[in-house]
Amino acid sequence: MRCESNAHPDPRSPDIAAVTAALGTPLAQILALLCAWIAIGAVGLVRPASLKIAGRTLFPLGAVCGVAIAAIAAAHLAQPPERMELVIGLPALPMHLRLDALSATFLVLLGAASAGISLFGAGYFRVGQGTAPGLLCFEYHLFLASMGFVLLADDAYAFMVAWETMALSSYFLVTSQHRIGEIRRAGFLYLLMAHLGALAILLCFGVLQGGSWRFTFDAMRAAHLSAGWAAAAFLLALAGFGAKAGLVPLHVWLPEAHPAAPSPVSALMSGVMLKIAIYGMLRVAFDLLHGLPGWWGLVPVALGLFSALYGIVFAAAQTDMKRLLAYSSIENVGILFTGIGLAMVFHGAAMPAVAALALIAVLYHALNHAFMKSLLFLGTGSVLHSTGERNLGRLGGLIHRMPWVAWLTLVGVLAIAGLPPLNGFVSEWLLLQAFLHAHEVPYPFVDMLLPLGAGLVALVAALAGYVMVKFYGVVFLGQPRESTLATAHDAGRMERAGLAWLALGCVALGLLPATIVPALGQVASSLGVGALPAGGGSWWMLAPLGPRSISYAPPIFAGTVIAGVLLTVFAVRLTYRRPVRRAPPWTCGGDALTGRTQDTAEGFGQPIRHLFTPWFAMRRSLPTPFDTAPRYSVEIGDRIWRALYEPLAGWVDRGAEVCAVFQRGRISTYLLYALATLCLLLALVL
Amino acid sequence: MRPIDWLTQVLEVVAALAVAPLFQGWVSQCRAWLQNRRAPPLWQSYRGIRKLFHKDAVIATNASPLFRVAPYVVFATMLAAAAVIPSMGTRLPFSPAADAIALVGLFATARMFLALAAMDVGTPFGTLGARREMMVGFLAEPALLMVIFVAALTSSTTALPAIAERLATGPITLSPSLAFTGVAFTMVLLAENGRLPIDNPSTHLELTMIHEAMLLEYSARHLALMEFASALKLMNYACIGFALFVPWGTATGAEGPFALAAAIPALAAKLVVAGAALALIETASAKLRVFRAPEFLAAAFLFAVLGMLVHLLLGA
Repeated sequence: MRCESNAHPDPRSPDIAAVTAALGTPLAQILALLCAWIAIGAVGLVRPASLKIAGRTLFPLGAVCGVAIAAIAAAHLAQPPERMELVIGLPALPMHLRLDALSATFLVLLGAASAGISLFGAGYFRVGQGTAPGLLCFEYHLFLASMGFVLLADDAYAFMVAWETMALSSYFLVTSQHRIGEIRRAGFLYLLMAHLGALAILLCFGVLQGGSWRFTFDAMRAAHLSAGWAAAAFLLALAGFGAKAGLVPLHVWLPEAHPAAPSPVSALMSGVMLKIAIYGMLRVAFDLLHGLPGWWGLVPVALGLFSALYGIVFAAAQTDMKRLLAYSSIENVGILFTGIGLAMVFHGAAMPAVAALALIAVLYHALNHAFMKSLLFLGTGSVLHSTGERNLGRLGGLIHRMPWVAWLTLVGVLAIAGLPPLNGFVSEWLLLQAFLHAHEVPYPFVDMLLPLGAGLVALVAALAGYVMVKFYGVVFLGQPRESTLATAHDAGRMERAGLAWLALGCVALGLLPATIVPALGQVASSLGVGALPAGGGSWWMLAPLGPRSISYAPPIFAGTVIAGVLLTVFAVRLTYRRPVRRAPPWTCGGDALTGRTQDTAEGFGQPIRHLFTPWFAMRRSLPTPFDTAPRYSVEIGDRIWRALYEPLAGWVDRGAEVCAVFQRGRISTYLLYALATLCLLLALVL
Repeated sequence: MRPIDWLTQVLEVVAALAVAPLFQGWVSQCRAWLQNRRAPPLWQSYRGIRKLFHKDAVIATNASPLFRVAPYVVFATMLAAAAVIPSMGTRLPFSPAADAIALVGLFATARMFLALAAMDVGTPFGTLGARREMMVGFLAEPALLMVIFVAALTSSTTALPAIAERLATGPITLSPSLAFTGVAFTMVLLAENGRLPIDNPSTHLELTMIHEAMLLEYSARHLALMEFASALKLMNYACIGFALFVPWGTATGAEGPFALAAAIPALAAKLVVAGAALALIETASAKLRVFRAPEFLAAAFLFAVLGMLVHLLLGA
């Protein structure tokens, strides 16, 4: 192991003392913890059928590793970058690793969010559901470790190997219930899109090396690309990382694959893996790629805003709770890309403070979404386990049967709806503040159109509230829509612990932005994007652009609202001593209300479907007045799937048919091909 | 922070609590006059709230704790909003804690709790009301934010007191962007407070009601708190309007107690005029079908967008 670091600049003596010294560096510690994840997974393989080992021991151990990684990375945020070369892999091609502020931020995200998911997973997996628990444990921890390696990689080879390991391990996780045909299909679609994306990323690295033919990230940072090649690299990165993140129109796999996976895996994919793609985009756009005019940032802004609106509108129309959350992930990815584009535009326009603000908004939102979406997916996992239902039309009233899950999920619901003082609001606030400076960019027309994006962001945030009321109201509130729900039971202890960890993360991120934002500011300044003006606010007061301009103090804010609630309760108690009676709800003089008389999920989404009719490919069958057995059904399809992917699949099929002419399946024909190729090559050589 | 600022802060919250039902009563009195009816007394709202506080609370058998918590949360958020809005003075000690975006977030929190509580019992009307309320809300909220953004662009801050101060101390100019956003804001105010033409506060007709449908299962103190909260909300919206468009009369700087003393009658005068105008608009307009409501709100959003474009084009 050859080690090099700014803190320990003594790379050339590979004796034991130097190695032990090197193991003390944060990078080596994180590396060891990532290897520990792999080892934990490998132990699971020893007794694959044993739920006891995997559940009781290995998953909690994985959670401990996650917390440790998050802690080490958080401590390293303000430190200078640290490098390491691992002499493994091909000869003369060592693996380069690097830990800087950007990768440290995402390691915090990976470690902290996965800790909650692993805790939940410890209580979640059961025997006899598809893949054996030990094997699942292996795939799960390999998935975690590969995401960590993506974040540490400092050359294209290491990056691609880790990236592909991530894609493959998550593919096997998605198809863990592989006996169901639908899930196999979803897994295949996921694998296909993942590889198309990986291809684009590979090509992007090929462009980025800029003729030096060295594929370390350092060589890419030093390369000088012409504006045309820089644009090509950027678009390839946007396609590659956008496909992984679920940017419209490359999103089609996401609503299929994320719901198909077991809930902890859905949480990991939506909460963490999408952020790894965001990391890749940030790494290319702000670190590796130079010489790109700032207005290229308008492309991710436009795509991001469209994705955000598209995702949330489709989420409103879903009737499957996990698909609803998957579409909401598309919305959040859209918001993240909007922020990335905005930061690029500001960076190009030499507005460093606002560019830093936009970048911080992206990082903050990535952290937020990791916690809140994982929380929601895990909540649906508990519901799924205790009721066996994913369909919103068969749920309801679960707050009585599963109070722990319901109240902890409520935190996630309020957070993702962007309500103060929880965390979703903070990143929304930061992004809107950045948008309010968009009229200062020095491009004609752009300075007028870009501020309107703030309106779209506000619309998306308000729609998210709508979708979350639908999600929470239909699943947890009201009356049970099926009699089987009466036997639903609350989540186990480990599951509650996992949910509580994530909910706590949402609250902490919501209340302490004033300490987190300066830490994320380190990333912006280390990437050379810009720095926030110093001296804004204190630990409780967030004032990113200086003390006199804008401010938000969540602890005071939350304290006031809570004090208001307590005071009101106290005042009412003081003046009012009448008892509370329980009575059946008013039925308008009819029979008793049943679960059937409530509004359905379809009904709740109907106004959105009505307003955005042209967006949906709807197939509806309405009963006529003379039907003896009237049935109403509506099926909602994705227009992009029909307009873009089905023709594409058709062309591929036709191409395959043409190729099939040559595939006769007869050995003599293939021998003829071999002979012809040989002759051709000989003719070329001679 | 000077003591007078703290005094202003306390006075604002107390005034909001005391005057909000009165303001609601004033609007209904004006409406009655305009419709040639005999008006109920001004303090009818207080009577209603007092009556509700003296009744036994009846709660549906399958209501969850969320249902009982929601009225307190809704009421407290409206009270917190009243503390942020500079209705009498702009140097509020609490104002750095929340800017205009956080204020919109407060309203969204109240709306979300209201809608969730309405869905809790599982009656058809509750869910229907929640759905409609959220439909109105998701269009009204961005429109309100756009209105605030135009004001924020003018004074390059999203802090509401700073916006009001900038407008109140600057020279009086007729700015076209404010005219557009003023129209947008009025439309949002009507929609968000369940007023005609979106909702009718004095109806219980099942097919059209929004706000009332959500409160059907509430009784006694819970209903009283909800009614009080909606009165506070109307008052808050009016005060936001004053801060954004007619901030003259509020105590802005270091003037001292006289400015504060002058701010109280100024606020009262504005409320009287605004209430009469609200009643006039309500009397002159007919209730829209529920599915026309999005069009109404989309128009509000477009007015706000136009206001922003005009501001960016003309710089005024």
